[in-house]
Amino acid sequence: MEFNVHMVLPELVQLAIVLALFLKSVAKSSKSDGFFARVLPLAAGAGMVAAGFSLGTEGILFWESYKIDGLSQFFKFAVTLGFTIAVLNASSQPTLEPEKRADYFLLLALSALGLMCLASAVELVTIYLALELSSYSLYALIPLRGREPRAAEAGIKYILFGAAATALSLFGLAYILAGQHSSYLAVLTGRPWTWAAAPVGVIGLTLFMAGFFYKLALFPFHFWAPDVYDGASNETAAYAATLPKLGAVVILIRLAAMLTPGLQITTVLAVLGAASMTFGNLAALTQQDIKRMLGYSSVAHAGYVMVGLVAASASGLAAAGFYSLIYVLMNLTCFWVICRLATDGRNLQLNDLNGLYRRAPFLAFVLAVAALALVGLPPTAGFMGKLFLLSAAWNRGYDWLVVVAALNTAISIYYYLNLIRHAYTVEADGDEVTPPLPAAGGAVWGGVLAGLLLLLGAVPAPVFKWAEAAGRQLMP
Amino acid sequence: MSEWPILTVLIFFPVAACLVLPFIRGDRAVRVFSLGVGLIELLLALPLLRFDLSASGYQFQEKAAWVPQWGLHYHLGMDGISLLMVLLTVLLLPLCVLCSWTYISRRIKEFHFSLMLMTSACVGVFLALDFVLFYIFWEAMLVPMFLLIAVWGGPERRYASLKFFLYTLAGSTLLLVAMVAFYLAGGTFSIPELSAKSYPFGFQCWTFLAMAFAFAIKVPMFPFHTWLPAAHVEAPTAGSVLLASILLKMGAYGFLRFCLPMTPTASVYFAPLMIAGSIASILYGGFVALGQHDMKKLIAYSSVAHMGFVTLGIFLFTLRGLEGALMVMLNHGITTGALFMLVGCIYERSHSREIGQNLGLGKYLPAYMGFFGLFALSSLGFPGTNSFVGEALVLIGAFAHTPWVGAAAVPGVMLGAAYMLRLGQKLAWGEPTKAKAWPDLNVREWVYFAPLAVLVIYIGLAPGLTLRAMDPTLTRVLDEFRRRSAMAAAEVAAPLPGWVVTTRSELPASDPAPVLPR
Repeated sequence: MEFNVHMVLPELVQLAIVLALFLKSVAKSSKSDGFFARVLPLAAGAGMVAAGFSLGTEGILFWESYKIDGLSQFFKFAVTLGFTIAVLNASSQPTLEPEKRADYFLLLALSALGLMCLASAVELVTIYLALELSSYSLYALIPLRGREPRAAEAGIKYILFGAAATALSLFGLAYILAGQHSSYLAVLTGRPWTWAAAPVGVIGLTLFMAGFFYKLALFPFHFWAPDVYDGASNETAAYAATLPKLGAVVILIRLAAMLTPGLQITTVLAVLGAASMTFGNLAALTQQDIKRMLGYSSVAHAGYVMVGLVAASASGLAAAGFYSLIYVLMNLTCFWVICRLATDGRNLQLNDLNGLYRRAPFLAFVLAVAALALVGLPPTAGFMGKLFLLSAAWNRGYDWLVVVAALNTAISIYYYLNLIRHAYTVEADGDEVTPPLPAAGGAVWGGVLAGLLLLLGAVPAPVFKWAEAAGRQLMP
Repeated sequence: MSEWPILTVLIFFPVAACLVLPFIRGDRAVRVFSLGVGLIELLLALPLLRFDLSASGYQFQEKAAWVPQWGLHYHLGMDGISLLMVLLTVLLLPLCVLCSWTYISRRIKEFHFSLMLMTSACVGVFLALDFVLFYIFWEAMLVPMFLLIAVWGGPERRYASLKFFLYTLAGSTLLLVAMVAFYLAGGTFSIPELSAKSYPFGFQCWTFLAMAFAFAIKVPMFPFHTWLPAAHVEAPTAGSVLLASILLKMGAYGFLRFCLPMTPTASVYFAPLMIAGSIASILYGGFVALGQHDMKKLIAYSSVAHMGFVTLGIFLFTLRGLEGALMVMLNHGITTGALFMLVGCIYERSHSREIGQNLGLGKYLPAYMGFFGLFALSSLGFPGTNSFVGEALVLIGAFAHTPWVGAAAVPGVMLGAAYMLRLGQKLAWGEPTKAKAWPDLNVREWVYFAPLAVLVIYIGLAPGLTLRAMDPTLTRVLDEFRRRSAMAAAEVAAPLPGWVVTTRSELPASDPAPVLPR
């Protein structure tokens, strides 16, 4: 395959952003406000446009280890979209010292670049390298929150858990190599994955997946999620809660494309998915800290994504991809409101939302839309995502998982509804200081996000068609 | 004019009005605007008069591709069942605005916002002919209703609103699963197409149970009724009216639109259970209503009883039963809505819903008591009022079905008389009265009671038009049902290889996920 620059255009744009930020961090000029508030989001937006144009490109590069296909381009688009929102969101961070800004965004951009590479990697070692690129930047990002000891604790937890999970992953990689004699997914796809035929390979693949379960915060690899969300600054948590999950999902989709329903690994995935959604939802019920609550909710959502993966059909993989895009959008919307409300960068409790409808009616509405989307209630995009997932998984041998997922929706409504309840029905205490209304830009972008969630709920077809094309390519 | 998308306009006009609402300043302006929206919505419903009463199929259909990958369509249509329900919904919006004119005194804009969204979603539920579209409207009305109770409700509003939300959502999650199962078994989300297919008995059984669970909660049928009294008591007047008049009907509508056509054999199989549940609702609702001293709670339990008549009528599978069920649905909407408005009306004067705080109104508020008497008589099914027609039809159907079923339902009618007359007697002549200084109904209150009173008497004395509107549709539903349940009964007689196996073998060739396992 000829190398062609336009095939890796999104990565190149992202690389340019990284380089520019690197120069910026070396230069250490003090007059950088305009750069981070205006130029950087624009550049990230340009990356999104580039990714949008590259939807539909195809090719395979670098000795067949880097594949440009529907799936990779769809996820690159999702990553650039999320990155743009995350950059906009973090551009005025109250808990970040101005001199660390360039480094902060450098790490952020580098992590996103790693995720984009992850989307295209189709060889186990390449996958591993891309995973590390995205993780290492994130390890350094988590503790960047003023002089907050909790952030340091979160950083240590994240890196320890991450190291352990990565070690498992590497161990699994070695087993796959030993058992199946290849590290190329294209070759591995043709191999048998039953316990009887390839026990070493099955163990290896399961362990290899564990590294991504950790990224996805799937039960029982979820322990870091609430603590890291809690400790990291609101803006960092917004990023850590969303984009890395995309990287994990894209690899799991690629790996799941090798599986069929009924395999032992698929059953493991289904059981973990069911456990994850049930545990996440039950644990979230009692949380008072909004970020911890969202942390457990992300555990539950990781379980929902599994529903699409175990279907092992084109529509199942497409639904999983679509759902993770929606997941990123709705979580970022939720975090957007949190970041706007926590003007001093503290962690918000549920009670801090009291009377929000009066203080910031528009943000209250945006939060309500995001919460309803997270539940999966119509007419938001969350419902469409869930509907596609459940439809794809039905009659594929895991009907019980679909029922568990549906019942979990009923559990989860309670704590998401709590957000709306506090924002709309509980009055703020009289002595509470009314924070100033957010700058117009904050409300506008929040409105855009909420609008996107509603729009994708009403007309999901144009976006879903890309996910579907990706799924069809993987499992024709 | 023939291209005028009347149903779409009916659904989305209130939504469009909601977008304008935030820009209106002043409480009074908001109320006037909302009233105007309600009246225009009523005018927009006028083209429905072109409805062909003799046709049994769906009319005014609109269809457009929506999510082609999953075979979703934006498909609307109206038959005799939905016609009556939509008219009722559209009629109630302006009345709800009027009855909240002074009752709601804070966050007025948000209140009317929720009210209009509710109306849109309710109209949408009755018109959707695509399962997913139906589900979207079905769920979309939860949030405005939740807010109506949680923001403008009484002292226990937190508990009541959460209970309402959790209960109904728990039911509808299973409906979602059933919907997905139907999609894979039938290859489409279209309600008319799904209704025309037949499914294996095992599949029908569990989908029926999943759907019946959702609808029984919504109706609500004993023993799933416990959310209703809490929600009714705490909701503001307009919320109670919408809840009683429209939301409860959606459960019954679901039985008619989904359970009977899609799972006919299972409906027959489970009919004894549903009939038992209905009779339990009738008797239990009646007995509990007898012991209430909170007026709203009393009417809430009477709703449980009335809705028991509806489900009883549906599961008799006779034309009289279905006619009766639909009549009771319509009449309960009119009468109970009016009763809740009456309670709200007196609450504004006495600030209490206790019967003991509202004694002896007859002498001082004659107009109020007059309306109350009329609607109370209607509620207990007095001949000459609307409810009599419905309940009589259901009872005729019940006796025709099995005499003891009819006999078991009859005490419900007597209970209705007992609790309504007891309430009316205390309100009219009870001592000691505090009502001396209370003003009688004003013009605004007259305006919203009068249309309902006219309907009570009109339908009571001349039910012919209403019956003519519903008969062709119900006949079609019933014929289809009889044909297919008879057909399926033969199938049941033959041994089946088990639930799961039959479900699988029924997958059509056009399976939307035709990817074979590798």
